[in-house]
Amino acid sequence: MKTTSLHTAHTNLGAKMGEFAGYDMPLYYGEGVLKEHEWTRSHAGLFDVSHMGQVMTTGSGVIKFWEHVTPTAFNIIPDGRARYTVLPNPEGGIVDDLIVTRLGEGEFFTVINAGCKDKDIAWLKGHLPADVTMDVWTDRALIALQGPEAEKALREALGIDTADMPYMWGMRVGDLMVSRLGYTGEDGFEISVPDDKAEATWNKLLGHPSVKPVGLAARDSLRLEMGYPLYGHDINAETSPVEANLNWVIAKDHMDYIGAKTIVPHLQGGVLRQRVGIRLIDKGIAREGAEIRNAEDIRIGVMTSGGFSPTLKQSIGQGYVDSLYAGVGTKIFVNVRGNNIAAEIAPLSLVPAKTKSMKKKAA
Amino acid sequence: MSTMKFTKDHEWLKVEGDIAVIGITDYAQNALGDLVYVELPKMGRQVKKGEHFAVVESVKTAAEVYTPVTGEVVGVNDNLSGDPELLKKGLDEGWIAKIKMTSSDEMAGLMDQAAYDAFVKTLG
Repeated sequence: MKTTSLHTAHTNLGAKMGEFAGYDMPLYYGEGVLKEHEWTRSHAGLFDVSHMGQVMTTGSGVIKFWEHVTPTAFNIIPDGRARYTVLPNPEGGIVDDLIVTRLGEGEFFTVINAGCKDKDIAWLKGHLPADVTMDVWTDRALIALQGPEAEKALREALGIDTADMPYMWGMRVGDLMVSRLGYTGEDGFEISVPDDKAEATWNKLLGHPSVKPVGLAARDSLRLEMGYPLYGHDINAETSPVEANLNWVIAKDHMDYIGAKTIVPHLQGGVLRQRVGIRLIDKGIAREGAEIRNAEDIRIGVMTSGGFSPTLKQSIGQGYVDSLYAGVGTKIFVNVRGNNIAAEIAPLSLVPAKTKSMKKKAA
Repeated sequence: MSTMKFTKDHEWLKVEGDIAVIGITDYAQNALGDLVYVELPKMGRQVKKGEHFAVVESVKTAAEVYTPVTGEVVGVNDNLSGDPELLKKGLDEGWIAKIKMTSSDEMAGLMDQAAYDAFVKTLG
C-alpha cells in the first residue's frame, strides 16, 4: 500500500489506519470520530490529504485549456481565485470534481481526488494542447487545516498571515502553496508542502492549542453535513453536473467545453432526477444504497451517501430522486433493511456553511 | 461470572433460568467506534439461533447482532434508542434484549470468559 510523507506522524499519534484509494491513511485518532468532528466545527482540525493529486499547468494556452475541460469561465476571474468545478466527459457525466486555482494568466494549480488521480492525469494529458505543460507534483504533501480557529493557528504556528485572503483564494508563500478552502464547510486552508518539510509543518501546526489531528472518517461526516458530493458515490461518469445540482459551476455563456452537448440541454430543459439532501424524521441510519420511496411505497430514487450528523444528532444523507420529488420538505421514505423510515428532502447543505461569510477585507 | 457466555461474533449473554440477556462485548464496541443508533427487536418476536435481531450503528458502519439462542423476545432495552452509548455499560444498562429460550441445548457451543478472552487475543 502507498503511504504519505506523514505516515510515521500518524502511527506515532496512535491513529487507526485504513486503506483509502490505495493509501494507508488515518481514519481517526484516539478521541474518535465524533470528537474530531466537533473539534473541527469549534476549533481547528488538522488533516493529511496528501493522497490527493496536485497538478500544475503552465503556458500561454492554459486559460483556454481549463475552459475546454471544465464548464467554468477562468478568463474572467482574477489571479489568485480558486474555483470548484468538474471535468465532464463527452456524454455530460463527470470524470472528477476538483478545485482549480488561477495563480496567473499562464499558471494554474489544481487538486484532484485521490481515487481519480491516474484517470484524471491521463484525461488531462489527452486533451493537453501544445501550448500547455502539465507537471504532476508527486513530491509534495497536502495538509488541510479546517475550523473557525484555522486562520489564527496558521498565523501563530507558521507565521502566515491570511487576514486579507478571502475564502476560495490561493497563493504561494515561499515554497508552500496556501489555499483558503476545504471540504468541511468551515473556514480553513489546504497547504501544499514539499515532502521533506511535511512532518515539520504538521508538527508545528499540531503544537498549536487550537489544533488536533482529524482523520478521514470525520472528514466524511463533515462534508456530508455540507452536502458536498463524494466522487464515486454522489457523482460519477453517469451523473451530469445539472443532475448533481452543481449548476452553479457552469458558466452561463460558455458553450464549447467537453460535455456541453448534454449539459446545456440539461440546464435549459431540466433533468429527470436530481441530487438532493435528505434528513431522516424517524430514528435510524440510512446509508449509501438505501432506496428512496414515496408514500405509495414506489421507488423514486436511491441514497448515494448517508450517516449520522454529529451536529444535528440525526441521520442525514444525499441521493438522487425523481425531479417531481426534489422539492425541499417533500416527505419521503428511505428503506433500511426492509423497513421504511420517514424522511424528507432537505437542502443539500444540511448544516449552514461558515465559509461564505468570509469577505475580502482589503483590495 | 460463571453464567456469562460469548460468541465468535462478539455477543455476550447471561443466562438466568430460561432467560438469556444479550449484549455486545467491549471488543465489538471498540471495533465499531462511536455508537450512534441501535435498532432494537420488537417484543414478542420469535427469533432463531443465528438470526440477526438487532443492529448497532456506529459513525462508521452498521453491525448486525445475531442471537445465539432460539426463543421469544421478552425484554427490550428501550433506553438504548435514546442513548446508544449505554451499550458500553455492559450487563446492567447496556443489554440489548432478553430472550426466553426454547431450549438450553444451544448453550453448548458458546465460549466462557476464559475461552473468549483467548479467542480475542488470536484476533490481534
